[in-house]
Amino acid sequence: MTQSVINPTPKDYKSEVKPTWCPGCGDFGVLNATYRGLAGLKLAPDQTVVVSGIGCSSRFPHFMKTFGFHTVHGRGLPVAQGLKMARPDLTVVAVGGDGDFFSIGAGHLLHAALRNIDITVVVMDNEIYGLTKGQTSPTSPQGHVTKSTPYGLLASQFNPLATVLTLNTSFVARGYSAKPKELAALIEQGIQHKGFSFIHVLSPCPTFYHTFDAWDASVTPISANHDTSNRAQAMVLAMETEKQYIGLLYQQERPTMDQAAHHLVQQAKPFDINQYMKRFA
Amino acid sequence: MVNEVTIRIGGESGEGTISGGDILALAAARWGYHVYTFRTFPAEILGGPCLFQVRISDAPVKSMGDFADVLICLNKEAYDRNIGELRAGGVLIYDPSDFTPEANDKISYAIPFNEIARKEMQLFQTKNMVMLGAISGLFGPPLEAIVQVVQSKLSKSRKSSSALMEKNMLALDVAKRYVTERTTKQDQYRLGAVEKADRVILNGNQAVVAGALAARCGFFAGYPITPASDIMEGLAKELPQVGGTFLQAEDEMAALAAVLGASYGGVRSMTATSGPGFSLMTELIGLSSMAELPAVIVDAQRGGPSTGLPTKMEQSDLSFALNAGHGDAPRIVIAPANVADCYNLMILAFNMAERYQMPVLFLTDQSLTARVESVERNVFQAQEVQERIQPQKLEQELVGVGAQTFRRYAYTASGISPMSIPGKGAPSYTATGLEHDEHGHPDYEPEDHVAMMQKRYRKLATAAAELPAPTRYGDEDAVLGIIGWGSTEGAIQEAVDHARANGYKVAALHPRVLSPLPDETIRTFIGSVQKVIVAECNYSGQLANLLGAKFGLQAIRVNKFGGIPFTAADIFRAIEEVHQ
Repeated sequence: MTQSVINPTPKDYKSEVKPTWCPGCGDFGVLNATYRGLAGLKLAPDQTVVVSGIGCSSRFPHFMKTFGFHTVHGRGLPVAQGLKMARPDLTVVAVGGDGDFFSIGAGHLLHAALRNIDITVVVMDNEIYGLTKGQTSPTSPQGHVTKSTPYGLLASQFNPLATVLTLNTSFVARGYSAKPKELAALIEQGIQHKGFSFIHVLSPCPTFYHTFDAWDASVTPISANHDTSNRAQAMVLAMETEKQYIGLLYQQERPTMDQAAHHLVQQAKPFDINQYMKRFA
Repeated sequence: MVNEVTIRIGGESGEGTISGGDILALAAARWGYHVYTFRTFPAEILGGPCLFQVRISDAPVKSMGDFADVLICLNKEAYDRNIGELRAGGVLIYDPSDFTPEANDKISYAIPFNEIARKEMQLFQTKNMVMLGAISGLFGPPLEAIVQVVQSKLSKSRKSSSALMEKNMLALDVAKRYVTERTTKQDQYRLGAVEKADRVILNGNQAVVAGALAARCGFFAGYPITPASDIMEGLAKELPQVGGTFLQAEDEMAALAAVLGASYGGVRSMTATSGPGFSLMTELIGLSSMAELPAVIVDAQRGGPSTGLPTKMEQSDLSFALNAGHGDAPRIVIAPANVADCYNLMILAFNMAERYQMPVLFLTDQSLTARVESVERNVFQAQEVQERIQPQKLEQELVGVGAQTFRRYAYTASGISPMSIPGKGAPSYTATGLEHDEHGHPDYEPEDHVAMMQKRYRKLATAAAELPAPTRYGDEDAVLGIIGWGSTEGAIQEAVDHARANGYKVAALHPRVLSPLPDETIRTFIGSVQKVIVAECNYSGQLANLLGAKFGLQAIRVNKFGGIPFTAADIFRAIEEVHQ
């Protein structure tokens, strides 16, 4: 008999592979929040797939007992979408860093949001490139001095939440790795949301860009009065830079592309080559 | 009278040259003739020169024909461009209001297409019907066969109306009557009645779609590109009918990435592209090979490099297909030779992808994508579909659900390891592009990298051992051998036939699978002849380079790379030159 865990605990999702992250890395908090979120939803590890790209945070699937696919840099999103389109019965979570989602894979983010395929995205944003040892990222602040911007960063800072709100993303939230309980709740909500769920997580890098203190000071929970169906209001929160609002900014239920595609196949019949070739006779 | 004719129509894109040619080919095929078409398009939607050529014969045809027997010029430019390829003693048909041909050795019929369409029909768009009516009157395809095709095409068109249908029918009739009454036939081309045959008429891209469906493809992702878009459009329409899904991706990287995601989910998946898109896909080809995920990638080759010649044929992606990507990444490369192959080898491509868990590159080219052939209907049969090897139930029970102790990349003698598919009770694992151990965990130990690399390449050796060898065509005691690949086989075989009829001892070999190469068969073939021609439509001689590197072959290289495929005459000329 195969065993299925009836009441899973977070450690039931933990693999025997030890995380490769530096001590104090924010990604540990995100990993623990993910274990907790999956356990909260009692998701079956054999029917859950965690997909990632490349970067420190993208090692993530190896530390999970679920199915996993550690792909190439920037391509986690299209891999996850192809998987969900082909297998809508599975729970698909795409994870990675700011390089994956906002730089090399930024083009994919736009289209994933517009398609509204039912996957959950968890971005671990540390505003720096960690795995390659400290170059600037799209979310690094303007003027930031890194190994690749020795005279200060000239480009503007990328605003993930404001960007995805303009793309009609159907679930937009922000969490903080130092608040894993709240983050776990957002991950649960994101997975339960039918559609493309975008969770931006502030996840500091202790080695190349120490933002713990600054983020502890700027992170602010969204007021309980916030109307999550009001996109304009969500945009106001997203545009605020002094404070970094955490919680659910925006949610809208609308048809997902994977469900629409699977409605189409309801009348499907097995392929019959003899029947098919009649059109060429 | 000869029961074979090659008709070329030259005109302006958008004025019905291609659609008129299509109707002629279809009508001839339905009437019982073998047909084989060749066409060129400008890259623009409207305007620019285009041509359509159809070879119609009561015997099977394998190539486009060496010269046009009949050349129909719908404008002066078409005349200037094509008159050189009209056979001596061939027939030129033109409208005297367009131009006056120079004095020549051809038979000429002047037919006022423009006037009949514009004045008699009061509808210039009937010009291609006027042309078809004239062809029927002069060369024999019965008007009824053409009428049938026109009616079925027009009734599906959104511009369809009974008035329009009537005008078209009338135009066919008037033109036929015009040539019957007003021209004196001086040529020898007249197609007589033939027995009806059970054939289907389709092009390479259509056969690829049929093959994918017969192979139980369940997912397609792609990005539009000439000349592969028909495959994407075909599957976008057909997949939902058979339970599959489709995704138009934002670029080719996303397309192959989505295919790998679906394949990871256990669904047979493919994409189709051309050179520029294929270039973008290379990182994912490496991932497919490394993570051992089945994927079928059609590359409908066109002239390169870069944007190149989007609407012209070239066989110049072979070296790239064999090596695309960094590192040593085993893959399978298949090149179909004709429309029937596009069907049968697509099924093979899926079966090989699933069995050997690696990318399969399927190299067609522009000429084959658009080439319409009449093919015996029984070529298109249901075939056994190879499933990927999954872990035994027993192993699942031992391992337990969700335990990442499953050896996804287990070392086996064949190199093929059982692959778990996400779902109830399946042992989980993480697929990765990093080097890994048998469980899929990241692992850079030298001995493990060596063992894993050998395991991945062992699958290619297993595939080579399991594949049927290509067969030799021509003389057993040939002194000259010709090796080719892809869509040029028909022209090569017709040249071999012609050479043998002229007393030469020639044989040809045309491998369909180019990775893994059928080493023994090629070595034996090379050893059995004194000289070897390697004929391919590219500049650098990509197959010749490969055979030189692998077998030390000093081939006589025959390369054509202007965007037009080999004719049998091109190859025959090369055979003669070698013998001189």
